[in-house]
Amino acid sequence: MTTTATPVDNGVNVEALLGVRDLLPDSPEMARFQWRSTTSWVNGTHSRSDVETFHGFSEEQRHHATFNFDVDHPLQFAAQDKGITPVEYVLVALGGCLTAGIAAVAQQRSIQLRSVEATVTAEMDLHGILGADPEVRNGFSGVAVRYVIDADATRDEVEALVAQSQKRSAVYDILTNPTSVTVEVA
Amino acid sequence: MARTTTVVVGAGHCGLAMSRCLADRAIDHVVLERGEVADAWRTQRWDSLRLLTPNWMTRLPGFAYRGDDPDGYMTAPQVARLITGYAAGSGAPVLTGTTVTAVRPRSDGYAVLTDRGAWHARTVVVATGACAAATLPQPAQDLPDGITAVSTAVYRNPAALPDGGVLVVGASASGIQIAQELHRSGRPVTLAVGEHVRMPRTYRGRDILWWMDASGLLDERYDQVPDLVRARHLPSMQLVGTPERATLDLNALTALGVRVVGRLAGFRDGTALFSGSLPNVCTLADLKLGRLLDGIDAWADRAGIGGDHPPQRFPATAVPASVPLSIDLRAQGIASVVWATGHRPELSWLHVPVFDRKGRVVHDGGVTAAPGLYLIGLPFLRRRKSSLIDGAAADAAELAAHLAAHLDTRAGRAPLDRRFDVDRRAG
Repeated sequence: MTTTATPVDNGVNVEALLGVRDLLPDSPEMARFQWRSTTSWVNGTHSRSDVETFHGFSEEQRHHATFNFDVDHPLQFAAQDKGITPVEYVLVALGGCLTAGIAAVAQQRSIQLRSVEATVTAEMDLHGILGADPEVRNGFSGVAVRYVIDADATRDEVEALVAQSQKRSAVYDILTNPTSVTVEVA
Repeated sequence: MARTTTVVVGAGHCGLAMSRCLADRAIDHVVLERGEVADAWRTQRWDSLRLLTPNWMTRLPGFAYRGDDPDGYMTAPQVARLITGYAAGSGAPVLTGTTVTAVRPRSDGYAVLTDRGAWHARTVVVATGACAAATLPQPAQDLPDGITAVSTAVYRNPAALPDGGVLVVGASASGIQIAQELHRSGRPVTLAVGEHVRMPRTYRGRDILWWMDASGLLDERYDQVPDLVRARHLPSMQLVGTPERATLDLNALTALGVRVVGRLAGFRDGTALFSGSLPNVCTLADLKLGRLLDGIDAWADRAGIGGDHPPQRFPATAVPASVPLSIDLRAQGIASVVWATGHRPELSWLHVPVFDRKGRVVHDGGVTAAPGLYLIGLPFLRRRKSSLIDGAAADAAELAAHLAAHLDTRAGRAPLDRRFDVDRRAG
């Protein structure tokens, strides 16, 4: 009896990503990306953000469609709950970024994933945004991500996937390190 | 202009290993050294520093340690004496007190300008070391006023720093050693920790480097590792050479009372900001150590070694539940910063187009694209041990072979090239 190894397929084209990395030494400007979104106030705390274009690989780029995101606050804040809160979008971004990274790293390491479930939680003290206690920051006091992963790999290999994904994650970096932010009025 | 076949720039262990290999091939050469032989070991090492590698690993072409303490670790003056003795024993043609100010391509080789005259050489070997200048992180330029800052190249001992707390930035070998020494001197120490390579000093009864050497890990070649960029940028192993052969890792430092925080992300209004990535860099290092020990155990099983000492696993790095993300330096009495953030070569005198956009020399195992120009002594130049003294012998032997072949080709090809020119003109 012979067994044939099934090729690992997590749906990530790692060769394409590594191909880009190989091109960078000769044309580093390709790596300069700009991400964009526009936000329009609707009413109350409800606004709508559109994401359509970005710049990268040395030219203007476009998603295949314009993606819209409603942003609001829940009824408990006397708002209309037309969408999730801005801070929840941060959790969405972190979970999405880390999970994409896990898939890519698993593909690169020839680890077949069967299921990857993340629960992202963040602690926040409302004293901050309500201006009720100047010693409390507005943002999260901590963020926790819990993964349940079913994969053809040992526990150490799965932990290494998750650790490597954090190491290469943009959103993880954005959350764990200071970023310069400028806001101006046109 | 004096002429020689090869100029070797730098009389440290790498330059002298190269000199020995060139001499073995009867290649006429000179070793130019700006200071004394083993200069960096005399002038750029802190007082308590010892080699990270045990004495038996101090091997150079034609030289092996024969002292009475093979498992000990040399102090910097001992290393300087050893290298000086090696230079004398090899009869290396070293010109000390000769600073190379420029190397430029010339027909059939290079012009090597020095503060004591110029040389023409057909080939040049750059052996000025990977640690000629301290690398400071981006936040260094925003250091608050009134804070004393020293790099590991300048740091000598705790007494040289002002009274008060110290922020040590970087947790590789130098950072953890200096953090421990400063803590013992009675100063409150905060250690900013980014990616690091955790390492026990001994494993299963032997020096960890014995296992890495014996199992062939240190011989792993640059053209065989899956990710060379990553391998070349790995921080140095968290090791210290002490008579007690003690392990110095983050758990040991935390137990002493050193405060461990995340990677230094910046300074803002006199406050140091630290990354929230500390748990992950510790997990990465713990997992990496686990993989190393798994590999060593598997090799030991195959080799039938280590039966008296069963496999060990070390406790995970303990990260406190609450790690400060920012520290107001003045309010917390921190008066100085030690940059233990790595080193880089200093090659501003090398006027040959072999640099990439970030100013690093592009090379293939020490062979540059400029014919006859070589480098030695950089991390993972040709193998994992290239940055260790013990790595110089194999690298120098291979580069000397390449250099000799280059000279042969040059000598043989000149008439051929002319004949092709004639053919092309005829066509």
